[in-house]
Amino acid sequence: MDFINILQQIEKVDPEVYDKLDTRRDVMKRFTNISGKIALAAIPLALGSMFNKAYATTSSAADVYATLNFALTLEYLEAEFYTKGVAAPNLIPAAETTAFNTIKGHEVAHVEFLKSALMGAGATPVAKPTFDFTAGGVFADVFTNYDTFLALSQAFEDTGVRAYKGQAGVLLKQGAVLTAALGIHAVEARHAAHVRMVRSKRLNNDALKPWITQNTSFIGVAAANAVYAGENNGTQANVNIATTAKISSDAATEAFDEPLTRPEVEAIAKLFIKA
Amino acid sequence: MQLSKTHFLKGDKESIAHPQRRQFLQKLSLGAGLLTTIGMASCKKDNDSNPSMGVSLGSGDISVLNYAYALEQLEAAFYTQVVATPYSGISTGELKLFTDIRDHEIGHREFFKAALATAAIPTLTIDFSKIDFTKRDTVLKTAQTFEDLGVAAYNGAGNFIADVNYLALAGKIVSVEARHAAYLRDLITPGSFSSGSDIVDANGINISMTPAAVFAAAGAYIKTQIDTNTLPK
Repeated sequence: MDFINILQQIEKVDPEVYDKLDTRRDVMKRFTNISGKIALAAIPLALGSMFNKAYATTSSAADVYATLNFALTLEYLEAEFYTKGVAAPNLIPAAETTAFNTIKGHEVAHVEFLKSALMGAGATPVAKPTFDFTAGGVFADVFTNYDTFLALSQAFEDTGVRAYKGQAGVLLKQGAVLTAALGIHAVEARHAAHVRMVRSKRLNNDALKPWITQNTSFIGVAAANAVYAGENNGTQANVNIATTAKISSDAATEAFDEPLTRPEVEAIAKLFIKA
Repeated sequence: MQLSKTHFLKGDKESIAHPQRRQFLQKLSLGAGLLTTIGMASCKKDNDSNPSMGVSLGSGDISVLNYAYALEQLEAAFYTQVVATPYSGISTGELKLFTDIRDHEIGHREFFKAALATAAIPTLTIDFSKIDFTKRDTVLKTAQTFEDLGVAAYNGAGNFIADVNYLALAGKIVSVEARHAAYLRDLITPGSFSSGSDIVDANGINISMTPAAVFAAAGAYIKTQIDTNTLPK
């Protein structure tokens, strides 16, 4: 990233850019200070938050931090879920061990990334909650029955996709913060696609596909319905996709993933949070 | 910046491996270097649209949506061909899911066309003559390339978007492209759905690409010249 050039370009339209970025100290000194404190990977986010302060378009810094902390809570949940799953004896078949280690590695990395991004911006990351992956006994065999584990994995990944999607608007024009969130969003979708195909083969059910058809969960537990509520939307920006594109209603709903609001996601996550 | 051959030369190193073009470039290395310099010089601080530079994407959010529309046209055309002339040995399950993917991409394409209405770019001329659609390996690899490219393109374009509703729509599409990409990667190498430093970085974050890099990679298949000058930077 050519940071100096970016500042110079802004300076042309706004000669006071340096003052806006930081009235107290030289901006580059501040940048150096930040970079000393946080992991290299998080620097773009710190820069993003600097610009945010100066050129807020829609969201305040507090809104952005709240969204990142919301995301962090979900990543804590996923990271612990896979850490326990991978460690559980005789749970994951050998053929899928590598895949679930890959997923676990990403979720752990997301936790670290969001924490360092928040700290780098001077905000406080939320603490990790205490999780109960049995959801009070509904999924009592989550770490002893592979099918239960897979069902929850699918639900967590598809929820994650919907959660990030629902927060994109808060991060509108937030630069590197938005790009990173979109990048995590896509990785959750990749995970979801894989887990869905693993389940499809195990259940010998080719109606369960890497993408979400209508609002079907293929989980068979009422609690899972909330994860897919609204996924059967077939109209985008007033365009009826099936009739306009001459494709089936199923394909039209598969072609567009739908967001969940923060309260909707929190209601799902709450089932697995003890405190 | 102009998406002419000069531009493709400039972006070649960042683009998908393309042996024929690389060989061609090696033969013309001196010329390529010269053209690159000229190409970059003419790109510099030139925001004016010029009819001679190709199809204009429009400005602001419209240009971003047209950029997405161009990529969806490419993908829809590709899968339409895959389903029309399936590779030898295709399984029932694969054909079913390729048909799904085709329909998704047609859904995306027709959505953008309808939503952009009179602001939509025309139908692009696509050239897949270099792709052997009878070979499974070739089709899967090309499909995977298009999907990974699509994900990176949407991720890279997100911050250009000023209207929150357009950002939401892009978000609805990009995760479906990521699902396609994961499925195709797993078909090629089981378990590779989200592994590989070419697609996911050390922070577990999917990479993003600039429009210039995306067009450099996709340009080999898009014959219509596109003027990307008006895309937000």
